[in-house]
Amino acid sequence: MRAVPFAFEPRGKRPPRRSSFRLRFWSVRHAGFLQRVYDTIQRLVLALSPLLRRIGYARLEAPFAFAERQIKGALFDCRMCGDCILSSTGMSCPMNCPKALRNGPCGGVRADGCCEVYPDMPCVWVKAYEGSRSMRGDAIVAMQPPLDHRLKGSSAWLRIARRAAGEPA
Amino acid sequence: MIEAEPHPHDIGVDPGAPLVDLPGHSSRGRLERVLRRGEFAITAELNPPDSANPDDVYERAQIFEGWVDGINATDGSGAHCHMSSVAICALLTRVGYSPVLQISCRDYNRIAIQGNVLGAAALQVGNILCLTGDGVQCGDHPEAKPVFDLDSIALLGIIKRMRDEGKYLSGRPVTTPPRVFIGAAENPFAPPYDFRPIRLAKKIAAGAQFVQTQYCFDLDLMQRFMARVRDLGLDRKCFILAGVGPLASAKTARWMRAHVPGVHIPDGVVKRLEGAKNQKAEGKRICIEMIQALRELKGIAGVHVMAYRQEEYVSEIVHESGVLRGRAPWRRDFIPKMQAVESLAQ
Repeated sequence: MRAVPFAFEPRGKRPPRRSSFRLRFWSVRHAGFLQRVYDTIQRLVLALSPLLRRIGYARLEAPFAFAERQIKGALFDCRMCGDCILSSTGMSCPMNCPKALRNGPCGGVRADGCCEVYPDMPCVWVKAYEGSRSMRGDAIVAMQPPLDHRLKGSSAWLRIARRAAGEPA
Repeated sequence: MIEAEPHPHDIGVDPGAPLVDLPGHSSRGRLERVLRRGEFAITAELNPPDSANPDDVYERAQIFEGWVDGINATDGSGAHCHMSSVAICALLTRVGYSPVLQISCRDYNRIAIQGNVLGAAALQVGNILCLTGDGVQCGDHPEAKPVFDLDSIALLGIIKRMRDEGKYLSGRPVTTPPRVFIGAAENPFAPPYDFRPIRLAKKIAAGAQFVQTQYCFDLDLMQRFMARVRDLGLDRKCFILAGVGPLASAKTARWMRAHVPGVHIPDGVVKRLEGAKNQKAEGKRICIEMIQALRELKGIAGVHVMAYRQEEYVSEIVHESGVLRGRAPWRRDFIPKMQAVESLAQ
């Protein structure tokens, strides 16, 4: 077995194997469809935001984060960065990049489109560009600000509702 | 034969002194001056020493003197430990060289980087190249914790903001902003090929004023990339320096292809090296031909020569390629005429 540096992974997490990518790639191939699903979810969350507010965001944080972890974990191998930009990255989660690049691929992508660090894993940005082709708009060119690492593990969906309600996210 | 002289704007009152300010320039560095004058610029990469001796740095820089407009001090390239880029740049500015500081996001977080930018600018470093950095897996410390707090595009934005708005990322003010010429790297030779020009556009929007590319051994791919870049008008918004370098042998070429992330060497080049009687000379020949071809490519503002472990050939390569066309980059031993010195001193 190839020695893969564990330092790139969250503690205790096994490095990815090719077979485990299938669902992630399905999501990229159906990025256009998932974009519509996402828009619906966003509308739903926004419509419900007065209700969510009444229940209390703090109380909702844990169940929201749990649901997100399960759903997005299965579909995108989500890393729960807490600041989801899937709609700008062709439904390919940029946090799966060993360098956590949120603005585009690094210069080390192999000629076969695989990652410099994991030779068996297709580059998340090669996939992101593929996915973005089937999505509306040109969100992939949007500049992503540096990540706020304090958000790790929190719910990105709830944050959308909070922002819409004019609360500090 | 008339000895060519460096441009008067590139000469200070003495070699280590800062140059006169020019309007519209972001830095007081020589590289920006050469590029803005429309000259074909040459930069070279210094192989950083594994020692604490400053003379090792000076020795390695001296072989470029009079042939290059900027010297890149790599920042732990290939994830190997070497003398730090900031220290090398600071040593080089003392004697008047024009260094390019490289910052790799692999090794520092946003707090360390912003501090380094101010420190470097205070030490008269005029050029900063923002890089993501190779992964730690390819270096001599694969067990290290990679940082990657920022990506290169976010880094460009942060430095631009420090310079133009006088603010840290946090919004806290910087009393004297760093006067720096900001650069980025690009690799037209790695997938996703169609996304590369878009990524370059993103980097320029974030603040990149010059770009140094990965090694170019594939002119067709470069031409395709540049055609798209010109369509997007990017060559007018930023200076593009194409990366070149001599290959020592076919064996080296194969090794680089397999082990250095992002290096693309077509089979044709490897075959040509294999078929040559003197592979080293052939490698140089290929490099010279590439520089000459790039000189004619519209939108290319210069070349970045990365002659790893063959640094002594850089001057020969630049000379034989003839791309300077009689221009003389700055050198220490050049003594300006008396009236020029007086006008500078005023």
